[in-house]
Amino acid sequence: MSSQRILEAQGISKHFLVDKGGLMRRARSVLYAVDNISLHIDQGEAVGLVGESGCGKSTLARVISRLVDPTAGTLSISGNDVTHIGSLRFVHSPLRRKVQMVFQDPSESLNPRFTVFDIIADPLRQLCRPKRKAEVVARVEEAARAVNLALELLERFPHQLSGGQKARVGIARAMVVDPELLVLDEPTSALDVSVQATVLKLLAHLRQEAGVALLFVSHDLNVVRLLCSRILVMYLGRIVESGPTEDIFNRPRHPYTKALLSAVPSLRADGRVESVHLEGELRSPINPDPHACRLAGRCPRQQERCLREEPELQPCGPDRAVRCHFPLD
Amino acid sequence: MTAMRERLRIARYLIAENPVNIVAFGLFVLLVLAAIVGPLISPYDPLTTNTSIALQPPSALHWFGTDQLGRDVFSRVLVATRLDLFIAFSAVLLSCAIGSIVGALIGYFGGWLDATVSRGVDILMAFPLFVLAMAVVAALGNTVINVVYATAVINLPFYIRLARAEINVRRTLGYVEAARVGGSGHFRVLRVFLLPNILSPVVVQASVNLGWAVLNAAGLSFLGLGVRAPTPEWGIMVAEGARFIASGQWWVVLFPACALMVTVFSFNLLGDAVRDILDPRLRT
Amino acid sequence: MTSSTDSAPLLSIDGLSVSFRTRRGVVNALDRVSFDVGCGEIVGVAGESGSGKSVTAFSVMGILDRAARITSGSIHFEQRDVLGMSQRQRDAWRGREASIIFQNPRTALNPIRRVGQQIADVLARHSPDSPRVIRQRVLDALRQVRVSDPEKRQNAYPMELSGGQCQRVGIAMALACSPRLLIADEPTTGLDVTTQAVIMDLIRELARSRNLGTVLITHDLALAAQYCDRVVVMHAGHVVETAEVSQLFTSARHPYTAKLLRSVPSMVDRLDQLQAIEGSLPDLRRNDLPHCRFAERCERRLPVCDSQALTLEVVGPHHRVACRNPL
Repeated sequence: MSSQRILEAQGISKHFLVDKGGLMRRARSVLYAVDNISLHIDQGEAVGLVGESGCGKSTLARVISRLVDPTAGTLSISGNDVTHIGSLRFVHSPLRRKVQMVFQDPSESLNPRFTVFDIIADPLRQLCRPKRKAEVVARVEEAARAVNLALELLERFPHQLSGGQKARVGIARAMVVDPELLVLDEPTSALDVSVQATVLKLLAHLRQEAGVALLFVSHDLNVVRLLCSRILVMYLGRIVESGPTEDIFNRPRHPYTKALLSAVPSLRADGRVESVHLEGELRSPINPDPHACRLAGRCPRQQERCLREEPELQPCGPDRAVRCHFPLD
Repeated sequence: MTAMRERLRIARYLIAENPVNIVAFGLFVLLVLAAIVGPLISPYDPLTTNTSIALQPPSALHWFGTDQLGRDVFSRVLVATRLDLFIAFSAVLLSCAIGSIVGALIGYFGGWLDATVSRGVDILMAFPLFVLAMAVVAALGNTVINVVYATAVINLPFYIRLARAEINVRRTLGYVEAARVGGSGHFRVLRVFLLPNILSPVVVQASVNLGWAVLNAAGLSFLGLGVRAPTPEWGIMVAEGARFIASGQWWVVLFPACALMVTVFSFNLLGDAVRDILDPRLRT
Repeated sequence: MTSSTDSAPLLSIDGLSVSFRTRRGVVNALDRVSFDVGCGEIVGVAGESGSGKSVTAFSVMGILDRAARITSGSIHFEQRDVLGMSQRQRDAWRGREASIIFQNPRTALNPIRRVGQQIADVLARHSPDSPRVIRQRVLDALRQVRVSDPEKRQNAYPMELSGGQCQRVGIAMALACSPRLLIADEPTTGLDVTTQAVIMDLIRELARSRNLGTVLITHDLALAAQYCDRVVVMHAGHVVETAEVSQLFTSARHPYTAKLLRSVPSMVDRLDQLQAIEGSLPDLRRNDLPHCRFAERCERRLPVCDSQALTLEVVGPHHRVACRNPL
């Protein structure tokens, strides 16, 4: 009765070489955008990947959707190891259609020169190579209907659509090839609140109807809470906490998670007890100190050990893990 | 096709809004017409010489007077339109096409390709343009087509840089990543998603470039490169007519010079008008 | 702190209407917008994009686009007519008596000028102090916004600073000449969540300690709930409801406000409780806009909504609604 594992990522790292100017190329710095991350996504699951800018979540999303090659680690899609297929070749692989992406800014994620129909049809034509035009039309219309997009909008151009309509086109484009995993990179951040609600409900609906799994990348905890059953919290390229959504919200174990929760303005801000504030600024992900916790210097619970030894990701309950020497209880 | 219709509607609105645009388009149409039908409707054969009526001032018979070999200046100016426009358009088209593609490639792939080609472009731009044109013509031969090539080469850097910058900006946009996730390889992304989208800024650059190209062509033939007597061409006519100013026969040089000026002016106006129409702000 | 009802308001916007001439027609961006801001209170102007909140702010500051026309209404600051000021008076007023913090702090600063110099520019413009005094005041300003190591930071360029630090500089510039009115236009857009909280706390603290009248423009209702005393809700260029914060979130009377609140994720526990608002903003270029610009999306629409012009009616203490069929 175990549901199929759609995605299995082990030890994923993505490093960028950052040159420190000058003719002497010896001093090369390494930017650890994603550092040794493992995660899995099962069929139909909605997993949230939460973190602020600079934590590497967007890079991780792009590694998982194979837009970018990881520097290290293995990746399996529906049981097939795709690590050794470079992102260039992967474009032509039959597995390409299994993982699709929805992007952040609807205004920038639709080709201004294509009609909505062509925007949705393009991945279908490239990945599924349908034999007859009628089939293309049928599937595009089906995808449009699935996202509540009026069929007459198919003849329009993106600049003639509203923000919410554009967002839905982006989802239709991703769904038209029947993917098993949708990676969504901050899909609602650029949208108005009321439109956001529509998109969230649509995603939940799609998950139910089509059984598609979701990897929802966001900085907005409130949104992730409503949609996802599991949450991974990222900080400077590492996962610092993971677990079921309600659990994380009610009992955050990592100081960063707690800080994130207390920083989010909430309408039900009826006396949030003990908010945690982080001092200082985000550390640079370039050449991080391998012997200290990434949060050291900002953490209010910091102790001497935190500067000497980087904590490992340890389980701390059913399905729960936290990377901290002194987790909250 | 709704985009085209919309553009035309806005074009009509813009032309009405700014009367200068009407002048620009009107002149442009006139010039193109002159280029096309000029040789057919010219009152005299531009090549026929008749030394007995040499250097006559403008009159009812010869609107622009006659030159030192008795040829009708008006006919020569009119017929020269075709050649000058041909050189300008061909050169711009050539450099635009090649430059945009090269620029798009290096802007998209970056890395050592970009570094190498950009250095090449820098070197190209460091040459004084006439020296470069002369070098090209000297190497390839003194013909009209080589003047076209020389002018095209001079203009390449602008398109390469423009395309490179525009592609660079768009390369990281959502729809490009979506295309890759949607099964398009790099070259398809460039061909289908990126190049069509940089058309607007490139077209604007090209229309602005036209005026410059005309001036270039005339300048080169003024120096004796490419076009040779007795072919009517504004540059040559200015060169030949210049020595008659001192002796008071102003019409031999003035009319071809005016023709040049009006053409360059109208192309510059056209460039501005095209930029107005293709302005991305119209999208919202 | 509650609004000062007994004393005259610091800022009074009355029946302000603004339209923009565009290539595609005339956009009636604001229609008879009215609200007050008192000394020491933080008033939130909340609404979605296109609601006209930034246009209102820019109208007050006098930095509207050239295509804008103020077609009716008035703006009074300490009972002086702001719209009637000459250009020179307005320029002097802006920065010294009223100030604004922009969104996207990094782009709001001049990228090729050191941040210390930018603060000094503001000071030099509005005060006759000598350069030495100004240098000292720049450091004071940076300390007030808690920029660490101000002597060194003042020589940084905006791109060398983080988003949060840039916004602190923006706040320092706005408060340098001790204005009495502060407008914050989405000051936390583009900032990280943790930084947002810190910046908003800073703004609130400075506003309170200096007894400023503050206008906080935001699309984030939760942010407004946490930091404002009163909230003005705008929709499509109209003020639809104004109330004290607690009142608004417990007993909203305008259908749009109620729907907006139910569409905010932090307000609900489960996804099925989340409600979208049907329809979309009306095209503000239309001549046939109904009196109530929300009518076409409203299920409580009555014939009277189309026939009678709207006014802000009092429905409770400090609570006003522009609706013919309020909840």
